[in-house]
Formats: sequence, C-alpha cells, structure tokens
Amino acid sequence: MPNMSMQKTPMPAQAPEVRNKNFDEVTLGYTPEMAVLEAQRCLQCKHRPCMKGCPVAVRIPEFIAKVAQGDFLAAYEIITSTNALPAVCGRVCPQENQCERECVRGIKGESVAIGRLERFVADYFMEYGTAASKRAEPNGIKVAVIGAGPAGLSCAGDLARRGFEVTVYEAIHKAGGVLVYGIPEFRLPKAIVEREIDSLRALGVKIETDMVIGRALSLDELGEMGYKAVFVGSGAGLPRFMGIEGEGLLGVYSANEFLTRINLMKAYKDEYDTPIIRSKSVAVIGGGNVAMDAARCAMRLGAERVYIVYRRGEEEIPARLEEIHHAKEEGIEFRLLTAPTRLLGDDQGWVRGMECVKMRLGEPDASGRRSPVEIPGSQYEMEVDSVIMAIGTSPNPLIRTTTEGLQADRRGCLIVNEEMATTKPGVYAGGDAVTGAATVILAMGAGKKAAESIANLLLPSPGSEENPA
Amino acid sequence: MYKIVEKRALNEAVTLMSVHAPHIARKVLPGQFIILRLDEYGERIPLTVAAYDRKAGEVTIVFQAVGRTTKMLAALDVGDDILDFVGPLGRPTELEGVHKAIVIGGGVGCAIAYPQARFLHEQGATVKVVAGFRSRDIVILEEEMKAACDELLIATDDGSYGRHGFVTDLLRELLEADSGYDLVIAIGPVPMMKAVCALTKEYAVKTTVSLNPIMIDGTGMCGGCRVHVGGELKFACVDGPDFDGHLVDFDELQRRNAIYRAQEQVDANHICRLAGEIDA
Ligand SMILES: Cc1cc2nc3c(=O)[nH]c(=O)nc-3n(C[C@H](O)[C@H](O)[C@H](O)COP(=O)(O)OP(=O)(O)OC[C@H]3O[C@@H](n4cnc5c(N)ncnc54)[C@H](O)[C@@H]3O)c2cc1C
Ligand SMILES: Cc1cc2nc3c(=O)[nH]c(=O)nc-3n(C[C@H](O)[C@H](O)[C@H](O)COP(=O)(O)OP(=O)(O)OC[C@H]3O[C@@H](n4cnc5c(N)ncnc54)[C@H](O)[C@@H]3O)c2cc1C
Ligand code: SF4
Ligand code: SF4
Ligand code: FES
Ligand SMILES: [Mg+2]
Repeated sequence: MPNMSMQKTPMPAQAPEVRNKNFDEVTLGYTPEMAVLEAQRCLQCKHRPCMKGCPVAVRIPEFIAKVAQGDFLAAYEIITSTNALPAVCGRVCPQENQCERECVRGIKGESVAIGRLERFVADYFMEYGTAASKRAEPNGIKVAVIGAGPAGLSCAGDLARRGFEVTVYEAIHKAGGVLVYGIPEFRLPKAIVEREIDSLRALGVKIETDMVIGRALSLDELGEMGYKAVFVGSGAGLPRFMGIEGEGLLGVYSANEFLTRINLMKAYKDEYDTPIIRSKSVAVIGGGNVAMDAARCAMRLGAERVYIVYRRGEEEIPARLEEIHHAKEEGIEFRLLTAPTRLLGDDQGWVRGMECVKMRLGEPDASGRRSPVEIPGSQYEMEVDSVIMAIGTSPNPLIRTTTEGLQADRRGCLIVNEEMATTKPGVYAGGDAVTGAATVILAMGAGKKAAESIANLLLPSPGSEENPA
Repeated sequence: MYKIVEKRALNEAVTLMSVHAPHIARKVLPGQFIILRLDEYGERIPLTVAAYDRKAGEVTIVFQAVGRTTKMLAALDVGDDILDFVGPLGRPTELEGVHKAIVIGGGVGCAIAYPQARFLHEQGATVKVVAGFRSRDIVILEEEMKAACDELLIATDDGSYGRHGFVTDLLRELLEADSGYDLVIAIGPVPMMKAVCALTKEYAVKTTVSLNPIMIDGTGMCGGCRVHVGGELKFACVDGPDFDGHLVDFDELQRRNAIYRAQEQVDANHICRLAGEIDA
C-alpha cells in the first residue's frame, strides 16, 4: 500500500504576501493525516540509504514506519534515541544535501519528506507526549561546557544523562546560540528552542548566562574550580566584512547585528527598546542561510525591495533549498553573478547606492567549485539605502587567545583529534568553533561525540555501553 | 539578577552606582567595561567600570542619564535588581612603563579617566589630570581626581569654574611647558577626543582614547561596534575600547553613534511619560 505519488505531500504554509509582513512561522506543519500519507511514500529500503545521509544516523525507515502506523509517540522515541533536537532539525537541516539526498524515492520524483516528518513527530510529542525526564544517578564529576549553542547543549545533555554535574557558561543573556540570535522566529519559533532547553534543565544541566569565558573566567580557572573536563562550543560568530569602500556608512549592517537586533533583541516588537533601521531598498550580500534570513527579515520590517546579491550562480547558492524558494515567493530579488565593489554614500553619511560588477564562473578550483571572475567593464550601480553583509563568519578568538596550549589552524578553528580532544589536556571542542560556520546537526553530532569521549576519559569502567538519547 | 548596593547622585544628570557582581569584581582592570540589560524589554548598554571592590564583590559604574536606558537605570534604587550585568569586557588599558602622563576627562568621561589616573599615580608615575565641564554645577569627582594625581586642572566652557575654555587650551600649555610626557589619555565626547588627538599629534605624544561606539553583545559577535583605526577594521568591544587616538577615524564614529537618534528621542520621551514626569 505505498503511496506512489512522485511529489512530497505538500506542507501548508502562510501565503507569501501575508507572511512577508509578519514574523509568525512560515510553514504550518503536517496534520496527522498528511504525515501518515507522506510516511506511506517510504519504501522501507532494507539497506537504509537515507540513514547514511544523516550526520547523527536517525533510524529513518523505522520512525517512518511508526508514523505510517499512526504511532507517533513511538516514532518520537526512535528519533530521539539519536537526535536530541528533532523539532529543530526537522525545520533547519539542509535535508536535500543530507538524508533526503540519499532517499531512493528521489531518483524518480521527490524524496520522502523526511525532515517534515521529523518535525511533525517532534511537534506532536510536544503537544501530546510526556517527557520522561529520568534524571541519571549523579556520579559527582563536574564538567563545564562553554557556549549554549547546539554543540554545547547536545554535549551537556549527553553528559547529564550519564550522571555528570554539568554547568554551561553562555556569554549572552539567553541560551540557544545561533538558534536564538540568528535564525528568525518565522523559521524556528523561539518557544521550541526554549522547550528543548527546559528539558535539558530538567535533566539537571545548569546554565549560567552572562558569563564570557576568557574574560570573567579563564579555562584554567575552570580547572581550579573542580571541573574535570571542559567542552568548548563557542561557535563561529565573528562576522566578516568585505573590506570595500563605504562599509562604515550608515545603513550598513553585518547580518549578525541585523539578525541579533531582530531575533534576540526583538526590534520588530513595539514593547522592546531595541532600535533598528527600517530601509526601503536593501541589498543583502551573500547566498547562504544567513543571507536568506537577513533578506526575509528586511522584507518583514517593511522594505519595498530586497535583493540577494551573490557572486556565483543559482547552482552554487549554499542556502537550504526551501529557504531559497520561500525567499523568492516572498518577493526577494536575486542578483546572481554579481559582486559589490564599493558602497556609495550621501552627504549625511548614509548609504545611497552600491556599485557592483558582474561575474562569470571560471575554471573549477582545487575544491571543485567554479570560482567567480569579474567581467571587465561591467560595473553598474544599484540604488539601495541599506546593505547587509552576510559573507561569512569565523570562530571568535577570545577563548583561543586567552588560553595557553589551545591550538587553532590558520582560519582560527580549534584543532581536535577524532575524540574531539583539543591540544590542551581535558579540553574538548566541537561545532562551528572547530569546523567554521557549518550546520546545526553537525554541531550537535560533535557535541555528542565529545560527551562520549569525556565519559570515556572520566568514568572508571568504560565497559558498560549504556548510551540513550 | 544583580543587586544595586549603593547609589549616589554626582550631579543632576550623573549617578554613581555600585552593583553586587562578584564574578566581575574578581577580575576587572582599569579600562574594562560591563554590559547591562535592565529587564526583558531592555536594550544592552555598555558602561565602564569606574571602581571595584574585589573583597565585597562590588563593581561601581558612573553614568550620565542621556536617554531611555540610562534614565531608567537612574530611576532604580539601592536594593533593586538589574537583570543582566556582563563583564569584564574589553581589554584593560595598557598602563605599564608610563612615567609621566596627562589624563584628560570630558564631563562624565572623568569617571572613566579617573581610575586610570589613580592607577598610574599609584604606580609612581607623574600624573596631571585635565578635567573639562560645561559649567561649575556639573563638576564631578573633584576630590577623588585631586587625590589621584600630582595636579588637577579644571576647565569650564562658560568660565564658571577653573579656567574659562576647553581642555585643549590647558593641554597645549602643558605640552608647551614640558616635552617629557610619554602618554596622554583622553576620554570624553568624540569631538573632544578628536581635538585632543589633533593637538598631541603636533607634539608627537602618544595618545590613547577610549571609544564608545554602539554595542550589543560585547563579545565580537555583532560587528556593530566596528571602528576604523589606521585604515583597519577593529571591533571596539574585543580589540578595544582603547586605541591609538592618532589613528582613529573619529568622524565615522561620530556619525555612527548618531544613527538611532530619532528613535532614541521617541524612546526617551516615552520613559518620561511612564515615570509621570512633565517633560514635553
Ligand atoms: C542566520 C543563520 C542561519 C542559519 N541557518 C541554518 C540552517 O537553516 N540550518 C543549519 O543546519 N544551520 C544553520 N545555520 C548554522 C548553524 O546555526 C550553526 O552551524 C550552529 O548553530 C553551530 O552551533 P555551535 O553550537 O557550534 O555554535 P553557536 O550556535 O554559534 O553557539 C555558540 C554559543 O557560544 C557562545 N559563546 C561564544 N563565545 C563564548 C565565550 N567566550 N564564553 C561563553 N559563551 C560563548 C555564543 O554566545 C553562542 O551562544 C545558520 C546560522 C546562522 C547564523
Ligand atoms: C565601552 C563603552 C563604555 C561606556 N562607558 C560609559 C560610562 O562609564 N558612563 C556613561 O555615562 N556612558 C558610557 N558609555 C555610553 C553609554 O553606553 C550610552 O550613553 C548609553 O548606551 C546610552 O543609552 P540610552 O538608552 O540611555 O540613551 P539613548 O538616547 O538611547 O542613546 C544616547 C546615545 O548613546 C549612544 N548609545 C545608545 N545605545 C548604545 C549602546 N547600545 N551602546 C553604546 N552606546 C549607545 C549613542 O551614541 C546614542 O546616540 C559607554 C559606551 C561604551 C561603548
Ligand atoms: S537529523 Fe537532519 S539529516 Fe538527520 S534525519 Fe533528521 S532532518 Fe535528516
Ligand atoms: S531511502 Fe527513502 S524510501 Fe528508502 S527507507 Fe529511506 S526514506 Fe524510505
Ligand atoms: S558589540 Fe558586538 S561585536 Fe562588539
Ligand atoms: Mg537607548
């Protein structure tokens, strides 16, 4: 009785012309009927190709089988045995490059909507399930985690489940990392992130916000305070600028600042004090998820025209497919194969335009990507009153530069071995701090792996292999 | 939550407050700052640590009520809590090896300059402090500054106290009279720091300024505090707030600091309405 439809069961969403004026979630999720229908598209392949595409090896066919049977809570148990944040991953994983890319249904037609099903199951559980937050028997060993992003949180959760006394130190006033300051509400409602964090607290994880490690406390002081191991999950939050003329003009934002004002500091809500510039015509430079988020936020703040300016072509855009579709539907204009060369200001110091040059794709470089080359003489001006730089971030140097013995590579990424151990004994690291800007699921996978290594290091009898969620 | 343990009005607009924040008091050094958020709806604003008591776990800030957040802060009392109080942030001022210095404070900038003067003085350096105010009634920390240097010189814009004129007038006299200064520290409004730097450049005396761009996180994440120093992009919250004043692009800083002026004015009026004050 498989459902042989070539297309994914569509997921309801707010109409584009409605949603591009509010910050409510864009997609509304499957109903139970839709979920069952979609689950029936899964062929239950014996060799489970989809699982190989998932960085945390979610047992995909198994959970989908339960969804098809209507046993959604059992599906939840299966997912959470390897993925602690399914409501988040179902929404933000780049599925088309991971699980869904390997799905056999994708050979002719669309793959099974694994991400949507995962999200459905997690949302269903939040509504109808009861968390069995069985606190582990404490083992009395203290471990510190730096950074409350996906890497740090998943490490903390796994350690707490093994009985460790875990304290997470977070620099800003709210836990969640990029999930709270970067990814907008309309893509990942903050209530979901908060619920996931509350469930960690219920496991016994302590979260200390307002603590900038490297300033308030050094890594060595954490050792003196009795922490037997430290996990560094400080992310890659340092924004890059292009170094072109005019970046100091008014109306030029880094995507991080723009998104932080909106998502963390709620500038779009009247009752919050956070100021933000609402521009008419906004250019967002870059083609990743960050750029799509910034562009769609700018539109929601009331801009008349919003451009994505990206120096490569459509094929190369690194953002999730769904975000690109949604952005286009919402009226974001794509200026591909285009790069800014200069920002132009008016006599008050505000941006009034941007000089761009057209690009073409040259020969593939060492990484196999075709790199963009300027087309001589193709300069032209765009009229914009705001420019948002979303051209990438790198690991923040604060911890590395205040800790002796912690080595990083040339890009500032912390060096770790297969165990996620850094060059400093007892200090582990993972997530964007190690890889540079990557994905939520990779960060979570790294945190998980580090938790296992820390347990192996600190627990006397490594023989017993009890490793739940 | 961080409890306010002391509050004192230094003049009608400037308030001194001590806050119980042991994790900051333990570590903070002159030149570093904190970022606070008053409540869930509040913005994050940076304030320099003016003094600290490591034993009592207390940190002192001195701030001028200029807009919504600082006015709300000034309305709090001893015993009240501040929701978030993060620090110490930024790099400490480099004060090693200085023998003879001029420390210049403009208005509330004196509160930030004063601990640096004291630190230098206690290290045995010869320190002259030049403090500038608009008029006599807003002079702050006079006794404290006097005790922290070899000579305190005050200038007022209207001549109601000390010398009639600007800090730069006094500075020029000091530099003319003695070529032995190895450091000038200038902290105050951007135009004052700019004028000081133009002058000390003539006399080729190294000058450190403490910059005050608009900040959010204070950890290097937002890039909002970026300033150009010697043509290079720096983030004041992690690379500063102190920089070589001869290299700073003050005009850009001044412009960027005014970016939210219109919104800030609306906010500030709103708080006055909330507090029930008559303030059209
Ligand atoms: C706008 C945006 C959209 C994105 N969209 C997607 C998406 O759709 N799908 C996807 O998979 N990925 C997406 N990503 C990437 C993804 O969010 C990151 O790869 C992931 O969050 C990395 O997790 P992390 O835990 O390593 O770091 P982060 O999430 O960056 O968390 C690091 C935490 O450490 C804290 N910290 C830093 N320094 C210190 C210190 N010294 N002391 C204490 N705390 C410190 C930070 O404040 C932060 O809370 C997006 C990223 C951005 C910015
Ligand atoms: C490192 C640093 C140290 C500082 N130390 C002191 C101090 O010790 N005492 C003191 O009185 N002031 C200090 N300031 C300035 C203080 O942060 C601002 O006066 C305050 O943020 C004003 O907020 P408001 O809402 O009351 O006023 P608003 O009316 O909102 O703003 C008034 C002006 O303050 C500046 N400002 C506004 N928001 C911010 C922000 N988030 N970050 C930085 N500046 C902002 C802008 O130039 C603005 O035009 C410091 C600033 C920095 C960057
Ligand atoms: S965690 Fe991400 S990659 Fe893995 S199955 Fe879920 S959506 Fe796919
Ligand atoms: S590859 Fe696709 S069809 Fe096969 S089991 Fe996985 S999800 Fe189902
Ligand atoms: S305040 Fe955000 S980077 Fe400095
Ligand atoms: Mg303000």
